Amino acid sequence: MITFLFAASVVLVTILLVYELWIGSTLPRHKFGLHFFVTSVWDPIFDQFGALPFIYGTLVTAGVSLILAVPLGIGAAIFLAELAPARVSDILEFFIDLLAAVPSVIYGLLGVFIVIPLMREYIQPGLKKSLGFLPLFQGPAYGVGFLTAGVVLAIMVIPYIISVSREVLLSVPRDQREAALALGATRWESTWKVVVPFARTGIMGSIFLALARALGETMAVTMVIGNTPTISASLFSPGYSIAAVIANEFTEATGDLYLQSLIELGLVLFLLTFILNGLARLLIVITSQRGSEMGQA
Amino acid sequence: MSSNLRWRKFVSSFMLTMTGVCAVVAVAVLFFILGYLVYHGGTSINWSFFTKLPAPVGETGGGMANAIVGSGKLLLLAALIGVPIGFLGAIYLAEFSGSSVAFVVRYSADLLNGVPSIVIGIFAYSLAVLPFKHFSTLAGGLALGLMMIPITLRSTEEFLRAVPRALREGAMALGASKWKTIATVIVPAAYRGILTAVLLAFARVAGETAPLLFTAFGNRFWSPGWNQPTASLPVMIFTYAIAPYEDWHRQAWAAGLVLLGLILIINILARAILARGVAVPRS
Repeated sequence: MITFLFAASVVLVTILLVYELWIGSTLPRHKFGLHFFVTSVWDPIFDQFGALPFIYGTLVTAGVSLILAVPLGIGAAIFLAELAPARVSDILEFFIDLLAAVPSVIYGLLGVFIVIPLMREYIQPGLKKSLGFLPLFQGPAYGVGFLTAGVVLAIMVIPYIISVSREVLLSVPRDQREAALALGATRWESTWKVVVPFARTGIMGSIFLALARALGETMAVTMVIGNTPTISASLFSPGYSIAAVIANEFTEATGDLYLQSLIELGLVLFLLTFILNGLARLLIVITSQRGSEMGQA
Repeated sequence: MSSNLRWRKFVSSFMLTMTGVCAVVAVAVLFFILGYLVYHGGTSINWSFFTKLPAPVGETGGGMANAIVGSGKLLLLAALIGVPIGFLGAIYLAEFSGSSVAFVVRYSADLLNGVPSIVIGIFAYSLAVLPFKHFSTLAGGLALGLMMIPITLRSTEEFLRAVPRALREGAMALGASKWKTIATVIVPAAYRGILTAVLLAFARVAGETAPLLFTAFGNRFWSPGWNQPTASLPVMIFTYAIAPYEDWHRQAWAAGLVLLGLILIINILARAILARGVAVPRS
C-alpha cells in the first residue's frame, strides 16, 4: 500500500531525527559526559564546551515569559469561554489564531526596534527605582537581556495558552456551572471555584505547551537576548539561550568537537520539548475525556 | 443584602472585567503589530524592493528580489515534500490503519510537530548539507518540508474523519472499491478541509527562519538552480534587523510587512474556505 509507505515514512523521519542527533553528538558526549551540563566555559579555541549558561538562559527566559503570560492568557481564556457571547468569542479567537500565525522573526523585528528601546529607556530604570533592592532588578539597563527576551516570549506564547485553555474551559459540562450558580455562587465564584478547577489539568497542559514553545523559540530570542554566555541573578543582564547559540554559531563552528557540541545542545532541546509536549498532551486529553464522561452521565 | 454579598458581587464584576481586559490586551497586540508594520513597512516599501538585488554593503537602495524568489523556491520544494507525504499518510491513518500502527504514526507526527524548528534545521543540515559539503536551496526546502509533514498530516486526517460514515457505506454499497470510494467520494467531500490544512501548513513554514539559517543559508545574489545557497525573506529580515545600517533596517521593515501580509492573507483565505460551509451535510 502506497499510503502505508507514506505514513511509515513519518515514523521513519522521526526515528532518523533522533538517530542523527545522537550520532551527531558522539564526540562531546564521550569527552565531557555529564560535565557538559554543569560547566560554564564555552571556549572554542581550547575546545572546552560547557552548556550551563545556555541552559540557564533558556530556563530563565522561559520562566519569565510564563510568569507574564500565564495570568494574562488564562484571564483572556476565561473571558472568551465564560463571558463573551459565542459570536464575539469566535471573532476574538480568530484574531488570537492570527496572532499565533505571526512568524517569530517578526516578533524579533519588533523586539529589536520597539521592546529593547522601551526596556532601556523606561521599564528597566522604572523597575530599578521601585524594586531595585531585589537582586533580580540590578545592574545596568542595556535593553537586551533575559527580561526583554522573556517579555517577547510571553507575547509569543499567550495565543497558545488562550486557544488551548479556551477549548478546555468550553469542554466543562454546563451542569457544573449551573449547579454552582443555583447554590448561590456569583458568576466569578462559579468560574473560579468550579469551572477552572474542573479544567485545571487541561490548563496545565496549555501551560506546558507554551513552555515547550518558549524553550525552543529561536529567532525572537536570538535577536533580543544579547548573546553573551553569562549566568547572572539580574534579569537585566544579557544572556544566551540554547536555541540562540545554535542559530548564531552553527555555521561558524570550526572543528568537529565544536559542531558536535552544538548538536548536543540541539539534542538537549529536543529532549526537553519532547517531555513537555508529551506531558501537555496527556493533561489535555485527560481533561477533555473527563468533560465528555461527565457530560454523558 | 449583607455587606458580605455586596463584596462578593463586587469581586465578581471586578474579576470578570479583568478577564475582559486580558482578552482586549491580547488582541490589541495583533493590531499593534499590524499597525506598526504597516506604518514602518509601508513608508519604506517601494518598487525596487521587489525588483532589485541587495545593494553592496554601505550603499543605500537595492531590494530583495532574490529573497522573494528564493522564498518561493523554498516553499515550492517544501510543498512538494510536505503535501504528498502528509496527505497520503493522512489517508492511510483515516481509512486503512489498525489502531496500533495509527497510534505510532500519530505519535511520531505529534513528536515531529513539537520539535523546535532550530533542531529541524540541524537535522536537515546533517541530511542534506553535510554529505554535499555546501548549503543549498534543496536543503532549505527539505527542512521546511519536514516541518510541513506533521501539520498537514494531522489536520487532513481530522477532516477525512469528519466525512460521514453513510457516504462511505453508500459508495461501497454501489460496488465501488475502497480506492474508488476514497478518490471519488471521501476526498472530494473533505476537500475544503484538506485545502485549509495545506494552506495553514504552508503559511506556518513560510515564516520559518531558524531552519533556513544553516540549510539555505543566505545569498546576496541570485541563486541559479537548486543546488546553491539562496536568500529568503525571513532570513533577510533577521540579518537586516540586527545589522547596524539604517537603510537595512528600513528594508527589514518592508520585508516584514510583505512576509506578514502574505502569511495573514493565506491564513484568512484558509479559514474563509472552511467557513464557506462543509460540502457535506452532517449525518
